Parts: sequence; C-alpha cells; structure tokens
Amino acid sequence: MDVVDILIRFGLGLLVISLVMGVCMYSVLAERKVSSWIQGRVGPNRTRVPLIGSIPIIGNMLTRLGIFQPLADGGKFLFKEDVIPAHVHKMYYVLAPIIAFVPALVTVSVVPFGQYVDAATGVVKTIILANVDVGILLVFAIASLGVYSIILAGWASNSKYPFLGGIRATAQMISYELAMTLSIVPVFMWVNAPGTPGTLSLVRVVEAQNDWWFVLSQPASAVIFLIALFAETNRLPFDMPESETDLVSGYHTEYSSFKFGFFFVGEYANMTVGACVTALVFFGGWHPLPWVTWTDVAGWTGLAWFNTGIIGALLAVSIFVLKAFFFLFFFIWVRWTVPRFRYDQVMRIGWRGLLPFAIANLVLYAILIAVWERYVV
Amino acid sequence: MAVKVIERKPLSWAERTYLPQILSGLRITFRNMFKPKVTVEYPEERPPIPAGYRGVPTLVRDPEGREKCVSCQLCEFVCPPKAIRITPGEIPEDSPYANVEKAPKEFEIDMLRCIYCGLCQEVCPEEAIFLQNTYSVTGTSRAEFVYNKAKLYEIGGTLPDKHFKWEKKRRAAEHGNAH
Repeated sequence: MDVVDILIRFGLGLLVISLVMGVCMYSVLAERKVSSWIQGRVGPNRTRVPLIGSIPIIGNMLTRLGIFQPLADGGKFLFKEDVIPAHVHKMYYVLAPIIAFVPALVTVSVVPFGQYVDAATGVVKTIILANVDVGILLVFAIASLGVYSIILAGWASNSKYPFLGGIRATAQMISYELAMTLSIVPVFMWVNAPGTPGTLSLVRVVEAQNDWWFVLSQPASAVIFLIALFAETNRLPFDMPESETDLVSGYHTEYSSFKFGFFFVGEYANMTVGACVTALVFFGGWHPLPWVTWTDVAGWTGLAWFNTGIIGALLAVSIFVLKAFFFLFFFIWVRWTVPRFRYDQVMRIGWRGLLPFAIANLVLYAILIAVWERYVV
Repeated sequence: MAVKVIERKPLSWAERTYLPQILSGLRITFRNMFKPKVTVEYPEERPPIPAGYRGVPTLVRDPEGREKCVSCQLCEFVCPPKAIRITPGEIPEDSPYANVEKAPKEFEIDMLRCIYCGLCQEVCPEEAIFLQNTYSVTGTSRAEFVYNKAKLYEIGGTLPDKHFKWEKKRRAAEHGNAH
C-alpha cells in the first residue's frame, strides 16, 4: 500500500464522515420538523442565509423548510460558552463526549452503500470504506463502546441527575444488547449455509437477500432487532439516559456548548448507523424490491446500465440511502407517537419480554434452518 | 344517576405485546402530519381579536374632533392599580366648546401599571375612554410605557357616535332651557 493509496483512503474516510455528519445535522432538523408536523405546528422556518436565501422562490421555500436551521444550530454549539463546572472530574468529563462521538463515526466504515459492476472489468464492486469480514460484529463491538461515554459522563459530572441517567443508561444498553445480538444470529445462520465460507460481512448479508428479504423470512428477528435498536440508540420510548421528564436531561445535564454538541451528534450518528444496519440486514440493502435486484432489472430490460458503471452505482446507493432515510424517519415518527417507558418497564420488557423471545426465535430458526438444509435443499 | 358497571376485559395477547397499539398510534400520527397546521405565525399573521377584547385603554374624539374627556377624573379614582393620572384643565372662553368647561391638560396612563380591567371605560360618563384591540405594548424603558395625552388620542382615534351631547346642551341653554 503506497502513500497515494493511503491518501485516497484517508480522503474517502473524511468524505464519508462529513456525509454522516451532514445526515446527523439534517436528522436533527428532520426531528424538529416531523415532530412539529405531527403536533400540527410548522417547525423552524425563519433561518435564512444571505445569498441562497435571497433567490426569489427557492430561497423562500428552503427557508420555510428550515434547510438553513442546522447551520444556525451548529454555529450556536460552536460559539456558546463552554462551561466546565467546578465539581466535575475534568479528565473524564472531557473524555466522555469524545468517546460518544468517535465510535459512532467509526462504525460507518464497515457499512456498505451499494454494489455495481465495473464497466471495464466486469467485476462486482462494493462501495464501502473497509470491506472487513467481521462487519456486523465490528458494528456491535464498537457501538457498544458508546455506553462508556454515558457512564463516564454520568460519573464525571459528579451530580445527581447525570449519575442516575448514567446508571439507567448502562442497565438499559446492556440489557438490550443481548436481545439485539441474539435477534441477528438467525440471519447469519442462514447466510452461513454449510459449505460456504463463513462470514459476518454486511455485504454478504445483502447478497443473501437476492430473493427473500430477511424481514419477510424472519419477521420476528426484525421486530426484536428494531425494538432493541431503539433502546441501543437511546431513542424514545427508551430514553432512560436522558429522561427529560424526571432527570432534567440525564447524563449530559452538566454539559454545554460543543461538548453537548458531541453527545448530540453522536446520538444521531448512532441512529444513522442503526438505520443503515437495519436496511442492510433486514430490508435488502440496495436491492430495489424483494425478489428483485438491479442485476435482475438489467437482465429483464437488457439495459446494462441498471447495474453497471456510475449510473448503476448511483441507483444502488440511492435505493440504500432511501431505505436508511426511511428508518431515520421511522425513529422520529415513533418518538412522537409512543409515550416513554418507566425504568422498571424498560427492564421488564428487556429481560422478561425481548430476551426470552429472542432466544425462542433463535431456537426456532435453528431448527427450521436445520430441517430446510436437510430435507429441502 | 344510575351507575353503570363496565366490565374490564383482560388484555388479549396481542394487546399485551403492545405492538398493535403502537401501529394504530403510528397511523394516527402519520395522518396528523398532513392535517392543516394550527400555528399562527405571529408577526406576519395576527390572531383574530374577539369582540369585547380589553386591550390598551385609549382616549377618543367625537366626530367633530373635540376631545370627549371632560377631566372629571372618575376613571382616575376608579382605576384599581392607579395607572391613570389626569391633570385637569379649563377650556378657554373663546373656544366653540366653552360650555364643556373642562378638558384634560394632561392625561397619562402607565401601561405597566394598567391591568386592563376596563373599569375606566365602564365608569366614564362621557364615553371618552375605551379599551381597544391593541395587545402588543412594547418599549425599552419604563418611561416609554407612560402614554401621554397625545399618544392616547393618536391610538384612540374617533368615536363615530352622533350624540353631540354638549352641542345640544349649548343650544338648549341658548333657548333658555338648560335641561
């Protein structure tokens, strides 16, 4: 690997990170807009940037949609006074937002965005930063580091509410990680059929959904995964770490300005990656429809560009991004629909509801897949 | 009143999973997204003001442009927070309204003290003070909130009544019939 190669990878990494950051900023806007639409309000519609905002019709439209709002929000986070209270443990206090932020962005590196056939060589190429074979495991491993940031923030803040928020968050995330991991095992049991080289790669999962999407063949797994994902990303109805109603704002009560922004963006980055993983594992990734892939479309129509070259890549990526955006919307939609659970209810759902259900689901699919392999194939 | 005992059915299995309820909730919130918005976008769009609204108290003139207030000071006395301060004055002999005798030299209402109760309007025998629709009173100093006579007439305008009480009184007096 020479210097140029490293530089290219570095540049691509930066590009993807900035894209994810952009998505995070705009999902904050989406959160505000969707919540206000659901509640019969109009949401942020005043922020205007000088040049683009004064284009006759488009400028007004963008302003009404609040497109410039994230810039104002980001600017606010940058320029507000950064208060470090006197009673905190400084090192961990500063470390916590960084730990919240970094893993959330690292997980993006193993998320594939699409596949296309290279026009020159005819080789199937994947648009991904790091096509590692442990894909989903890496996502789970790195994402679960995020809980340390919440514990650290809660502990280092040295104050009641963050402490309680930190403790609740820890309990919640550990409880739901079990169900989440177990729910995804049947999928990989199916992907790793006997005789194939074993893999945990997210690319292979999508390739295995050429016909049946896993949400259709394993709906129970998908439901458990989604519910656990809500808990893992600290989204309502599982907002134990924040608990705005009873803990002020939980683990980041003592944080202000840019450090708070880190937590904020980290949370939305987790959400984005969660939406991507859901789309990849259960909803066919970049396949446009169940039982239909871009290769099929190209075959039926006889137009090679459906899966080849730049247009093929763009089609695949846009379908994938569309799905990911739908799940981001779904997260927001659920948040403004369902009231939050009490702490004991969260624990009960996790340990007495989801975990046994996930285990039963795992055993059922283990038997089903064994029977399938033995008698059908 | 007859008491009707409603039997609480135990939750069914589907209800206990909570998922169908969430789905129906999602349907409701999704529909809500496309309903017309209830927001009044304030500075551009103003809320409709109901009849009988008690906004800022103002002084009014009659259609001839005469100030209706005769500085009897009833409003000053009735005002619960003592927001009104009147300096009475005389109408000069050569004025066409000399028979009214009195008019306020200065009339001040402190809008920070005013509680917009409307007692001044109720008590006024001359129908000279009215609470109008203005609800947004702004200023950058306390002094700015003390509205003087000129300002009160400026926002008050003219009351289009056709009584011309003092004109009638003057004519009656000229014909030797003061009442």
